[in-house]
Amino acid sequence: MAYENPDGVKIGLEIHIQLNKLKTKMFCGCSTDYHNAAPNTHTCPICLGLPGTLPVLNKKVVEAAIKVGLALEGEIAEETQFHRKNYFYPDLPKGFQITQYDYPIVSNGKVVIEGEDGEHVVGITRAHMEEDPGKLVHIGSIEKSKGVLIDYNRSGMPLIETVTEPDMRSPKEARRFLDKFRNILEYLDVFDGNLEGAMRVDANVSVHWGTRVEVKNISSHKGVERALLYEIMRQKNVIRRGGKIVQETRHFDEGRGVTISMRTKEEAEDYRYFREPDLMPMRVRDWIPKIKETLPELPDAKRARFIEQYGITDMHARSLTSKIMLADFYEAVCAKGVDPKVAATWTADVFLGELNYRDLLISSYDGGTIGFIHAKDPEVKNSFKVLGMTELVNLFSEGKVSDRAAVEVIRTILDGTEEKTPSQIIKEKGLFKAEDDLVTKAVAEAIAENAAAVQDYLGGTEKSLNFLVGQVMKKTKGTADAKTARELIVKELKE
Amino acid sequence: MAKWMSVAQVKEKIKESSAEEVTARYLELIGKSKINGYVTVSDKALEQAKKIDAEGHDGPLAGVPIAIKDNISVAGLPNSCGSKILEGYIPPFNAHVIEKLLAAGAVILGKTNMDEFAMGSSTETSHFGPSANPWDLERIPGGSSGGSAAVVAAGEAPFALGSDTGGSVRCPAAFCGVVGLKPTHGAVSRYGVVAYANSLEQVGPLANNVEDIAVLMDVIAGYDRRDSTSIESKTEYQKALVDDIKDLKIGVPKEFFGEGIHPDVEKAVWDAIHKYESLGASWEEVSMPNIKYALASYYIIAMSEAASNLARFDGTRHGLRANGENWHAMVSKTRAEGFGTETKRRILLGTYALSAGYHDKYYLKALKVRTLVKQDFDKALSKVNLLMAPTTPNPAFKIGEKIEDPLTLYLSDVNTCPINLAGLSSISVPCGFTDGLPIGLQIIGKPFDEPSVLRAAYTFEQNTDYHTKRPPEVA
Repeated sequence: MAYENPDGVKIGLEIHIQLNKLKTKMFCGCSTDYHNAAPNTHTCPICLGLPGTLPVLNKKVVEAAIKVGLALEGEIAEETQFHRKNYFYPDLPKGFQITQYDYPIVSNGKVVIEGEDGEHVVGITRAHMEEDPGKLVHIGSIEKSKGVLIDYNRSGMPLIETVTEPDMRSPKEARRFLDKFRNILEYLDVFDGNLEGAMRVDANVSVHWGTRVEVKNISSHKGVERALLYEIMRQKNVIRRGGKIVQETRHFDEGRGVTISMRTKEEAEDYRYFREPDLMPMRVRDWIPKIKETLPELPDAKRARFIEQYGITDMHARSLTSKIMLADFYEAVCAKGVDPKVAATWTADVFLGELNYRDLLISSYDGGTIGFIHAKDPEVKNSFKVLGMTELVNLFSEGKVSDRAAVEVIRTILDGTEEKTPSQIIKEKGLFKAEDDLVTKAVAEAIAENAAAVQDYLGGTEKSLNFLVGQVMKKTKGTADAKTARELIVKELKE
Repeated sequence: MAKWMSVAQVKEKIKESSAEEVTARYLELIGKSKINGYVTVSDKALEQAKKIDAEGHDGPLAGVPIAIKDNISVAGLPNSCGSKILEGYIPPFNAHVIEKLLAAGAVILGKTNMDEFAMGSSTETSHFGPSANPWDLERIPGGSSGGSAAVVAAGEAPFALGSDTGGSVRCPAAFCGVVGLKPTHGAVSRYGVVAYANSLEQVGPLANNVEDIAVLMDVIAGYDRRDSTSIESKTEYQKALVDDIKDLKIGVPKEFFGEGIHPDVEKAVWDAIHKYESLGASWEEVSMPNIKYALASYYIIAMSEAASNLARFDGTRHGLRANGENWHAMVSKTRAEGFGTETKRRILLGTYALSAGYHDKYYLKALKVRTLVKQDFDKALSKVNLLMAPTTPNPAFKIGEKIEDPLTLYLSDVNTCPINLAGLSSISVPCGFTDGLPIGLQIIGKPFDEPSVLRAAYTFEQNTDYHTKRPPEVA
């Protein structure tokens, strides 16, 4: 059934992503690998805007932008050029930002998302290249700050700003779009969404097909959804009280989850765009065919192939292809000859679920090992081997471990600090299925040998159950899981 | 040691004595200077010369001293651009042309005075006060590369580098009686040259003769990957120095002899054209109907680019920093204190010309005019090899005479700025005097046709003696 959009919500997004997988900055040779570096150590006269310096365009930025454009099924401009956007801000060393204006490199693309009512197309108005400014660091909190420090490590980082059509009809669709968009970019290997400041979003939203309001600079997908939920509620209430929505720019306060007015349309800045005279217009038409050849299989295509090739469900395929590194990991496991359906369950349901539960983000994959970092603390790291998953899936398929035991293995690896194979863990923890049988046998014996205790328990004396569990533990020499033993006894006696 | 030496003579002197001695001699002359040509004298010059003596150097300019306009970055020397706002700023890197010069063995004497951020035709907008014209110390040397032209004319450097955005090399060359070349846009890297108007400007050499201009161009010209507008060329400039202009077709654009031109200037330029005729060239008048709009277009484009270029001078990272209760107040005060009147005027006008609602009316229209001016030149230069005209309509004026009247001052660029709009090459050579003040002949060529321009200039020089005249005031 078609989605009715009862509040007439229209959402359009402007997304800045850093091309942080490129080695060097947009207009100089400085390294982009500054995330754990001391402030102002990844700078040079060019990205500091020293007088007399000139920008030299990093061709890889243009190639990446074309790649993104092709992946978004957009039109690539045959000729493109850069403009200056003039404004004063301490993080902007030249007093202008080099960006694109009326000749963006990409226009008229689209992204298909899982919408409120099935597949839904979100139009891409344009995508263009621009440079990132530096970063302001407040001493103390923003409100009570005694001063501001400027870190120009970020200055000159290559960005792609993508502008969508106002095609999203709910905060959920906006979030779905961002997830999909990020996924595509990671497939293209131009973007690592885990890095700080990698993606920043401005959201335009209106209700009842009315005036739009812009919510600026939201730094997470969750944040976008929350900001939009709040903003839609606010706008509906303004209208309900007979008020009018004014065109304005609002700021999202992540801490309080509310949007706050920054400026109205009348105060809008005049950026005095003009063509950057230090960079020549570029004809990129001839580059396109070659770049097209380097385009990888994209998420939708991969998903369809997984369903076809591995015979797995759409849900599993969706989940496995939601991260290029996870998809590659899964395929590597399948390549070892395991049952792909079983592997899909263990990878998409259990493994991914355990990662999410622990707030671990997939951050690397090198063909043999998939690595993760903690969402809040990148210092917390761990990894999982293709061989580990292969072994586990095989043990499970062969009936040598129970599903509970297999889950336990995954948890042990994710929580552990030493590297261990599944069989090592199973051995150490005594998780072989045979052990399960031993417990079952011990339970039966304990019940048969202790009729009095059984009677007491059935009569309502809970303590007697503890006695029975103790007996089972004794018989299994402590290898049984007490909780399991308790459950088995109860189950046995209730039947 | 002779006061005025060509580069060849300097090299001869170095062979006879030493680079140290030659440099010391120039430093001595600079010490006695009456013209305020240098803003900074390098305290490393002698050291540099000694090093060349000690270690030897096989570069084409080994030990030859040179003066550098104060908007071209030399690592370790202040780069003030004639402005207070750059007080205390010392660039940590060399401009491309400086790298080239150092590799060639040149000794940098110091940084020369200029109009603030190259905005002016007299050096009067410099924070360091005006330089004097060696031919008449009460007069301006022209600008904005006035310091460079004045020190070359006064014998305080054998040659110098300037920059030309709308005439800033050629105007002071004409006023000081020296030779000055504005190369084709893209011929010389602008890396390290503080931008006034990027799409218009080029680094250009100033010298006492055409040969030294070619020597310098052979060192500084060529592609540099750090300047995306620079272009690879295989031009060998000194090879163009041939005393022969037979079959040369000269175009004389009558629009360059407009109202207000000094009769002696007009006469000197026509005499020069007739001299060429006597040497075997032919000439014809050409018409360039859009030239009358060039000055307006030039100033709008230059000011628009300048307003943006100068935004980086905000007291945050380098140079002057005023006290303010917050960042915006600090920036306003820094810029209020740091920029001079003319710079502020141009920033304001440039900001206005780019503003919403005025952008199309001014900036866009100026770009369209620029295209028309270019087409005028293309058309004229399709019929003739070179164009010849006065470099400036008048000789050097008195210090203070025009500074209160910016519009009159802007008119000094009327014959030079169209060449920048069109991105052509153009040279000014001495071609006469009026009341003891030099007059410049401007020779304009197609883009990257510096060889024809230099050849014509060289031939003129070989057959006249204007370039051998020296100013009495500092002799």
